[in-house]
Amino acid sequence: MIEPPATIPRPRRRFDWTPACLLGAVLLLASSCSAVGWNWDTPMSTVMPKSDFGKMTHEIFMLISWWTLGIFIVVEVGLAYVCWRFRDRAGAPIPKQVHGHTVLEVGWTIAFAVVLLVFAIPTIRVIFKTQEAPAATALRVEVFGKQWWWEFRYPQFKITTANELHLPVGQTAVFLLNGPDVIHSFWMPQLGGKRDVVPHRINHITLTPEVAGDYPGQCAEYCGISHANMRFRVIVHEPAEFEKWVKAQQAPPVESTDALAQQGKSIFTSSTCVGCHSIAGVSAGHIGPDLTHFASRKRFAGSLMESTPDNLTKWIENPDHMKPGALMPNLGMTGEQSKALAAYLLSLK
Amino acid sequence: MATQAAFMHGSKVETETFWGIVWSWLTTVDHKRIGILYGTSAFIFFLIGGIEALIMRLQLARPDNTLVGPERFNELFTMHGTTMIFLAVMPLSSAFFNYMIPLMIGARDVAFPRLNALSYWIFLSGALLLNSSWLFGLAPDGGWFGYANLTSIQFSPKHTIDFWMLGLQILGLSSMLAGFNFLVTIINMRAPGMTLMRMPVFVWMSFVTQFLLVLAFPAITVALILLMFDRFFGTLFYAPAAGADPLLWQHLFWIFGHPEVYILILPAMGIVSEVLPTFSRKPLFGAPVVIYSGIMIGFFGFGVWSHHMFSVGMGPVADAAFSISTMLIAVPTGVKILNWIGTLWGGSIRFRTPLYFSLGFIAMFTMGGLSGIMHASPPVDLQQTDTYFVVAHFHYVLFGGSIFGLFSGIYYWWPKITGKLLDERLGLWHFWLMMLGFNMTFFPQHYLGLIGMPRRIYTYAPDLGWNFWNLVSTIGAFLIAVSLLFFIANVIRTMRGGQVAGNDPWDARTLEWAIPSPPPVYNFARVPQVQDRDDFWLQKHGDGHGGAPRPKPAPVTAAEIAAIHMPPTSYWPLLLGLALAVMISGLMISMYQVAIGGLLTLYLMYRFAMELHRPPTGHGH
Repeated sequence: MIEPPATIPRPRRRFDWTPACLLGAVLLLASSCSAVGWNWDTPMSTVMPKSDFGKMTHEIFMLISWWTLGIFIVVEVGLAYVCWRFRDRAGAPIPKQVHGHTVLEVGWTIAFAVVLLVFAIPTIRVIFKTQEAPAATALRVEVFGKQWWWEFRYPQFKITTANELHLPVGQTAVFLLNGPDVIHSFWMPQLGGKRDVVPHRINHITLTPEVAGDYPGQCAEYCGISHANMRFRVIVHEPAEFEKWVKAQQAPPVESTDALAQQGKSIFTSSTCVGCHSIAGVSAGHIGPDLTHFASRKRFAGSLMESTPDNLTKWIENPDHMKPGALMPNLGMTGEQSKALAAYLLSLK
Repeated sequence: MATQAAFMHGSKVETETFWGIVWSWLTTVDHKRIGILYGTSAFIFFLIGGIEALIMRLQLARPDNTLVGPERFNELFTMHGTTMIFLAVMPLSSAFFNYMIPLMIGARDVAFPRLNALSYWIFLSGALLLNSSWLFGLAPDGGWFGYANLTSIQFSPKHTIDFWMLGLQILGLSSMLAGFNFLVTIINMRAPGMTLMRMPVFVWMSFVTQFLLVLAFPAITVALILLMFDRFFGTLFYAPAAGADPLLWQHLFWIFGHPEVYILILPAMGIVSEVLPTFSRKPLFGAPVVIYSGIMIGFFGFGVWSHHMFSVGMGPVADAAFSISTMLIAVPTGVKILNWIGTLWGGSIRFRTPLYFSLGFIAMFTMGGLSGIMHASPPVDLQQTDTYFVVAHFHYVLFGGSIFGLFSGIYYWWPKITGKLLDERLGLWHFWLMMLGFNMTFFPQHYLGLIGMPRRIYTYAPDLGWNFWNLVSTIGAFLIAVSLLFFIANVIRTMRGGQVAGNDPWDARTLEWAIPSPPPVYNFARVPQVQDRDDFWLQKHGDGHGGAPRPKPAPVTAAEIAAIHMPPTSYWPLLLGLALAVMISGLMISMYQVAIGGLLTLYLMYRFAMELHRPPTGHGH
């Protein structure tokens, strides 16, 4: 018989600072937690659903969360208890060499399977429910994800806009997702989502907004250098407000009589701007965002900046500096020219 | 006889000078030395990947930060993921496969020792090619799963993607060669009496991992070759404008990528399944169930890939099918956790650093597994995919799981590999700081994801409620770095002094502890006869049911040792690994280089194959 080793190394019996430091750190963390708190009601929260789709998702999320929290506590507390109860004591004999317990093992295998069934049934139900063919009355919105901004078209209203999506509360909307370049992902956290925008292929997502509000959205699939800057806003209106917005967008842009704006217009029409941008009655480019009602939108450039004269001037002078990789070229506009252009664009209510 | 002695004690003869030592490592075919090479390289890449992570965390510490620009940030997250998966966790597992499998099955080496060396040198050339991209300012920036068609020439015209694509192909070759080598080793080289069900559970989990390697890597190789043709030869496999479907890449990638997750976690599960019985002084609870669960995980691992793609619009039937298969895979995983706790139950648990890391594995991996169940439900996943919630989830699995498991293995087997014990006190500092730092870094990321922070963004607006917990996460990441300094200090201290371990410092259960630490070149002077999974424990303590302990074997004679045949060293694996890198990197430089490198590779393959092909020299095998 081979002799087992007489001793196995033990930690040194000096005062061990480790647990003390750990405790201190945990206390520090806990106090900072309570100071800041876990605020769930934030602009991009996924757990404050504002649509039917979001609510169905959230119900399953909460169901799984409570169950898994329960399992988590049982496992972690069980682990700690077992460690404490069966800790080595001086002079303890070799424990009984138990190899297993068939009934117990079969039992917990079945238990796991049953718990998963509890998750699977509502999951399957919601998968099919959320992917049903939408009603014919649904508002159709064509969403184009492009490097690195969003275009929204409403074919029934003949409206095209950028980075700002408007929806009426209580009406089902079906989004038809498409794009010309790489894969993006269309995500409005508070309304639910997400669905990838796969180039040259039409994806769908259907949902009914239930609460009016102004919600941020963002591209969620890595799509190149300015992925982080590919943002948008969703504005959910009361139905009457939405009607008003539609009317305003359908109207031709109001011509400003302001001299600076007029100068801006002539720069716009005489430069390469027209090759990429549309302004109803002025130009018909398709590569960049439609600017017909540019000034009706609070933000621009992938919803990155507020539409102020200052921001717009800076953007025109050096787009790449404001949004790295931006595909809008630097046209070498002087300060005067870009100020005039900004004034013109901001007159397009 | 003379030649035999020369290569048997080859290391002794050659290690007299500095260059002799270097040469002996460059030409070694000893599985133990190759294991150490894998482990050391992997640890260095682990530190590099960690530094990449720290820079990212600094950038994200506050909103609208400008420490690094978007280009650099995109390179950092791509290289961090690629490095940690392919250059840190996988080769660290390989280190244990190499060092431990032959010892645990009572073999003298792996089945194909020179092929084993070749795997390592190919791995190293792939890793260096990938990382050399930093020197040229062309680090890959397509994300670790490099979704088409962002990786096409049109959208990524620089060589960044080429470094990634070619590097991964080389690394894949290395993994495949190693996979086949270990499959043959485990099937054919077990000591007499070691039936499959008597095989240690670490070897079992490694066995399953090798199947995953050889079956999963062909899928990514196909994906990468199509991409290579698109980028170098103008084909249109992933070009949607030409009618191709870019989702082809995602399917090919994830049918590799999901088994890959198990390639990363199963070896750690194997380590935990060795450490827990040793320190609770009991056999693994329900070992057959743990083994079958591992096989089930490996098998189902090939049927869940599309759960990475619930947001691409596959339709309700595919969503439902992959949801159910993903939930199914949670069953064997959950069973394992309870079996591990069952192992501790009724034991006499000795708390030492390896055990702390294994307990950390159970505690943290449980969390990652449970958040994984959330993503198994497609509606929930639609909100969570591509957010920090997922980042938190897979770090709980791969850091809380794999890394904690691998550190458990490092502390556990360090005395066997070096002959000296790592310091317990520094080890505990390492453990507790890492535990604290890890949770501080990644726990808040669950919350950040749920309140809408997408992954892979280099900047964020200050008004979204993300600021505070991002800062906490960054501080946590630096705590992890500090914990690693304790580990490094521990290693240095142990190398200088350190307590001598002896053969069996932990009163362990498997064969590797029966031989000296560090083991001799030939491992076992006499090939053992195996009668049980915990054979060595039974030799020491009997079976606990009053069964007679086995008689002490007769001492090994010098003649027995002299009769052991070990393979000679070889420099062909090193040269072949280098030539392959010359050929493949040529794709980015010149087709002449490809041709020259290709011819060189062919020639070296021939020499490699024919090296030992000669008439028997008569000294007998």
